[in-house]
Amino acid sequence: MIPEIGHFALVLALVVAVVQSIFPMIGAATNNAQWIAMAKPTARAQFVLLAVSFACLMAAFLESDFSVLYVANNSNTLMPTIYKVSAVWGAHEGSLLLWVLILSVWAWLVSVFSKGISPVMLARVLSVMGMIGVGFLLFMLLTSNPFERQFPIPLQGRTLNPLLQDPGLAIHPPMLYMGYVGFSVAFAFAIAAMLGGKLDAAWARWARPWTNVAWVFLTIGIALGSWWAYYELGWGGWWFWDPVENASLMPWLVGTALIHSLAVAEKRAAFKSWTILLAIFAFSLSLLGTFLVRSGVLTSVHAFASDPERGLFILIFLVLVVGSSLVLYAIRAPKLRSTGTFTVISREMGLLVNNVALIAMTATVLLGTLYPLFIDALGLGKISVGPPYFNTISIPLGLVLFSAMGFGLFLRWKKDTKERVFSKVRWVLLFALLIGFLVPILFMTHFDWKAALGVALASWVSLTALLWVQEQGRSPFKLPLSMWGAAIAHIGMAVTVAGISLTSAYSTEKDVRLERGQEYQMSGYSFLFNGVKEVKGPNYIAQQGEVVVTRDGLNVTTLRPEKRNYGPGTMPMTEAGIDGGLLRDLFIALGEPLGKDAWSVRLYHKPVVSWIWIGSALMGLGGLLAAFDKRYRRVRRRIIEPKVANQPEIGEASTKAGEAIA
Amino acid sequence: MKKSALIPLGIFAVLVVFLAIGLSLKPREVPSPFIGKPVPEFSLPTLMTKGKSISPQALKGEVWMLNVFASWCVSCRAEHDVLTRFINSENVPVLGLNYKDEPKDAKEWLAALGNPYEHIAVDYKGQVGIDLGVYGVPETFVIDKKGIIRHKSTGPVSDETVRNDLLPLILKLREEKG
Repeated sequence: MIPEIGHFALVLALVVAVVQSIFPMIGAATNNAQWIAMAKPTARAQFVLLAVSFACLMAAFLESDFSVLYVANNSNTLMPTIYKVSAVWGAHEGSLLLWVLILSVWAWLVSVFSKGISPVMLARVLSVMGMIGVGFLLFMLLTSNPFERQFPIPLQGRTLNPLLQDPGLAIHPPMLYMGYVGFSVAFAFAIAAMLGGKLDAAWARWARPWTNVAWVFLTIGIALGSWWAYYELGWGGWWFWDPVENASLMPWLVGTALIHSLAVAEKRAAFKSWTILLAIFAFSLSLLGTFLVRSGVLTSVHAFASDPERGLFILIFLVLVVGSSLVLYAIRAPKLRSTGTFTVISREMGLLVNNVALIAMTATVLLGTLYPLFIDALGLGKISVGPPYFNTISIPLGLVLFSAMGFGLFLRWKKDTKERVFSKVRWVLLFALLIGFLVPILFMTHFDWKAALGVALASWVSLTALLWVQEQGRSPFKLPLSMWGAAIAHIGMAVTVAGISLTSAYSTEKDVRLERGQEYQMSGYSFLFNGVKEVKGPNYIAQQGEVVVTRDGLNVTTLRPEKRNYGPGTMPMTEAGIDGGLLRDLFIALGEPLGKDAWSVRLYHKPVVSWIWIGSALMGLGGLLAAFDKRYRRVRRRIIEPKVANQPEIGEASTKAGEAIA
Repeated sequence: MKKSALIPLGIFAVLVVFLAIGLSLKPREVPSPFIGKPVPEFSLPTLMTKGKSISPQALKGEVWMLNVFASWCVSCRAEHDVLTRFINSENVPVLGLNYKDEPKDAKEWLAALGNPYEHIAVDYKGQVGIDLGVYGVPETFVIDKKGIIRHKSTGPVSDETVRNDLLPLILKLREEKG
């Protein structure tokens, strides 16, 4: 019964979504107040229905109702409860349901926090989000219904892909989807603004906090995925340039560009059509990612149940959504004239550099990801593009980006002089270069110029951010949140870059054969292998090794790397033993048994690898602070009082030189 | 209408064409150039009896399988049960190619898990593996009565591979004339 309620709620949600997309949109065009007013209640009803549907699927998992095909394929009674819950989005059908649920959450939030937005604009925004919902609900109901029943009912289900049975991965997809789908808000704002024909600063101001929050979720989602890959896959790597990773990185890069270009669109009335385009791109790339992951056109470690029929559906949907918005753009963009002018040395120019570098990176990643497909489609064979390509191109682009990040904060809007900016930052520049050279020399085994460069850039970016905060001359507690946000996000990026450069240059990796009782020395640590024993988990059997780590005779830690077997039909999983720290990680993965108490063991010493994720967390915090700046709320109140019927003129926000950009 | 405003649309259109073509391709299927070719000739020592050797000639006229395995390979352990059940229920003669393995370890491994193979050839240096284009263990080849390779599956054999690929193919090949 419960699955039928869930299915029915899904069908109702589709009906509501159709109403939500049609009536408010026509109402906005014909100025029919009643139809316009339908936007809010339909968006909220949509959320309630999808929440019911989602709860029904979760109930089916918790009760282990194997008459539901999707449950039987992804869960069994032995699985711990947390993984029964996360199994709801562990495969294609359920993750789609999560996708639309999150879309409806965003629409609901927009409908609640929309006090400053004119009803006409809001109607268009929610209508666009409704249309996206229609597409995904149709997709789910026609090709991937999670509530499909089966008969006869199996006594036991299969298991959730063991790779996904991990706390980090339980929350990784919801975070990622919050990010992906969150860009639909900025997208809907951009489309609504184009439909309304009034592309003033207002839409940019409205879209900014939403874009920030979506970006924060995406940042955290990607970081969690990378962290999981690091400790779960047992290769000691944290980024593999896998097509699906790239699919999440591209919206992030464009989203980062969008956050910065929205600032210019709002404050300087420049980059108008460019910003619209970025808003379209950020969400289109999220959709493209969905297509790539679920259609099976590319080979990836993320083995989603893929199916060309589903692929065709998403492709048609992609063509409708992206195609129509780009047509709309082609019609509207020529009428847009950016009124804000600027010179070569100005904050606008700094942000332009930021945008160009980020878009070039996105294009690089897109090309590399789709290149195997292009070659295959042209009948030239099957190839795969590896990390060397991505690294070779993104490192120089990163160089440009990070250099600009430091100067950018100090540049004034519109017009500035080289001398003024340079006089402010020259000591920081010198100091950053010095740190870059000294860190490898003083703390590391040998000098590596790439690491030195990375550390210098990271010091440059973080020191300029600190100097910038200090320069404001106000008490740190009185600074607007958005300034803190910008500074912290920049510092976070710097911490990540420092982590990446140092860990890439100075990691030690050894594959060794160890017998019980044998000791191995590496990077100043001594690893004593105490053999392997069998342990039983709730739904797996593991070979668990014990390695005692000492340094100069002092006990450091005891690590227990595992190799887990989740039963027939699954691949064995490695569970690395990690001793994490601020300055270094020790990482041990159990390889293969080599007979007679001997095992192949992989040992890693990775300096400051944790900085990669600490930096990501800081970036997330920065984005969040910026999104909750008072001025977004203040402006809303100001608009509501005069009760202006049509789009109010709020473009003339303060444009002081020191005002935050993020 | 300015032409430059159409550029994003144009790029997108090209992308869509490629994605549409991509849908009809199957990237996961890396075709083996060995399918349709005769099994490479080899003569290797057998694992179980010293001094004897085995070659594909011994199985000519039958539909048989060649399974590449090793005691160091965990996925082989994973497929062993499925493979054994399938071999015994269908009476398929299987030549096991013990790949880059210590004979002693392989014997212990088979003693512990059971030996479903009719013959076991020792490919200590992996030379025959190269002739067969093996790039990961385990791999399973299906060979028809004329000694032609008709199918290759990479990675552990699962119940699904047996049900969908191996069993139907073997039943079909048995109908063919030798």
